[in-house]
Amino acid sequence: MSGYFDGPGPEAVFREHLAQGRFMIQRSASTGRHVFYPRVVAPGTGAADLEWVEASGEGTVYATTVTRRRPEQGGDYNVALIDLAEGPRMLSRVVGIDPGAVTIGMKVRARIQELNGAPAVVFEPV
Amino acid sequence: MPNLKFLRGKAACVGAATAGTGEAPGRNATELMAEAVHRALADAGIGLAEVDGLFAATAVHSMAAMSLAEHLGLRPKYSNGSNIGGSSFLAHALDAAMALEAGLIDVAVIAYGSNQRTAGGFRSVSEPMPFEAQYEPRNPITAYALAASRYMHQYGATRADLAAVAVAARGWAQLNPEAFMREPLTIGEVVSARPISDPLGKLDCCLVTDGGAAVVLTRPDRARDGSHKPVYLLGAAMAHHHRMISAMPDLTVTAAADSGPRAFAMAGYGPKDMDTVQLYDAFTINTILFLEDLGFCAKGEGKDFVRGGRIAPGGSLPVNTNGGGLSCVHPGMYGLFVMIEAIRQARGTCGKRQVDGARLCLAHGNGGVLSSQVTTIWGTEETL
Repeated sequence: MSGYFDGPGPEAVFREHLAQGRFMIQRSASTGRHVFYPRVVAPGTGAADLEWVEASGEGTVYATTVTRRRPEQGGDYNVALIDLAEGPRMLSRVVGIDPGAVTIGMKVRARIQELNGAPAVVFEPV
Repeated sequence: MPNLKFLRGKAACVGAATAGTGEAPGRNATELMAEAVHRALADAGIGLAEVDGLFAATAVHSMAAMSLAEHLGLRPKYSNGSNIGGSSFLAHALDAAMALEAGLIDVAVIAYGSNQRTAGGFRSVSEPMPFEAQYEPRNPITAYALAASRYMHQYGATRADLAAVAVAARGWAQLNPEAFMREPLTIGEVVSARPISDPLGKLDCCLVTDGGAAVVLTRPDRARDGSHKPVYLLGAAMAHHHRMISAMPDLTVTAAADSGPRAFAMAGYGPKDMDTVQLYDAFTINTILFLEDLGFCAKGEGKDFVRGGRIAPGGSLPVNTNGGGLSCVHPGMYGLFVMIEAIRQARGTCGKRQVDGARLCLAHGNGGVLSSQVTTIWGTEETL
């Protein structure tokens, strides 16, 4: 039986799940608190009891910006902080909408797509 | 709260200098740092060979204290090159005070240097942020833009409120011959400047300049023998709650809300006692957040506080009297310049921008993406 710290670390596990089309986050068994980004032990408590659970994908825009970029380099794009329904916050992009039309409080849903050569969790307006 | 009064006033600044601020073509970061050390020691009337404590950090050296010591031919008994971003030097001041008081060293030098402007722009030894880099945040500005967006949403602040910070800084810069940008500036010009990362435009962002800086600290007994009136470190405290902006618990509250009260408690003074306030203004939102978190106004009221020239020359609270990172100098890590302006105001050597009778001056450093916060309080002999 393998121990808690054996095998690939949490970042590798997260990316492997993502490659298989699953957005997984962690949850501390002792507190029930969800965790993102992937950690070795629960932040704050230090408990070695993090387990993987599938994220609902539901989120709310907490903060947003339009990163200005020349059209020939790909044009403007959105960067946003998304509060996941489970609690943790993550940096991502809201796609499928004009980057300037993203507003704080907007309900969004996760999807996995290629971004800069690797799968990534991005969000679309609900 | 632990009583840190034993460290209060146990280190005094006896020398301070800048070098190559603005543009310093053909000179590298180490050379600018070394020149600043030479000038600060000359200002203090202390020889290089007496320096036995060395503190340095830059954005381009992985081991800045060693590189600088070697360049100068120093063999320090104690050094600290720890890097927590632009606030490093204020943390170094606290560390230097401890090392001086413990008797580990007799003369401490804190130094910084950067040639980023003439070397082609901002660069850093910083690693890409895991779980963020793929989305291409253009840090640091993306992070500060996100904080500004949240603050505006939560408290109803406008771009004109942010612009008031830049306009006040420019007003001070116009009184400072060392400032890089001295042309008049209006709120309209700031609001209509080219957008970089909404809601921040070009004039909401700090300058990209060259520059070196250094200060010399000793124990009070020695400081009183010098040619300058010593400026004492009365209080200092640091705090950090995150490294990446996505891990910042509340984008409208910085760790300055932790560091500030501890620094004031150590100094035995409060916000109302400060004659000048020097805040690390990498972006316009910084000044508003730090005024709130350090207790100069309530949370959410910073946007109102900065209106109508209150922090500009002639206003009721002199803030960033050198012109700040927005209009004076910002060579990548600006914290040491913040500290030097507080020290110069307490010395009374600021010329046209001198605040009459300035005795107590706060210098607050910020590092990373609103990440590390270090508050220091400096005062004249009579404030001890």
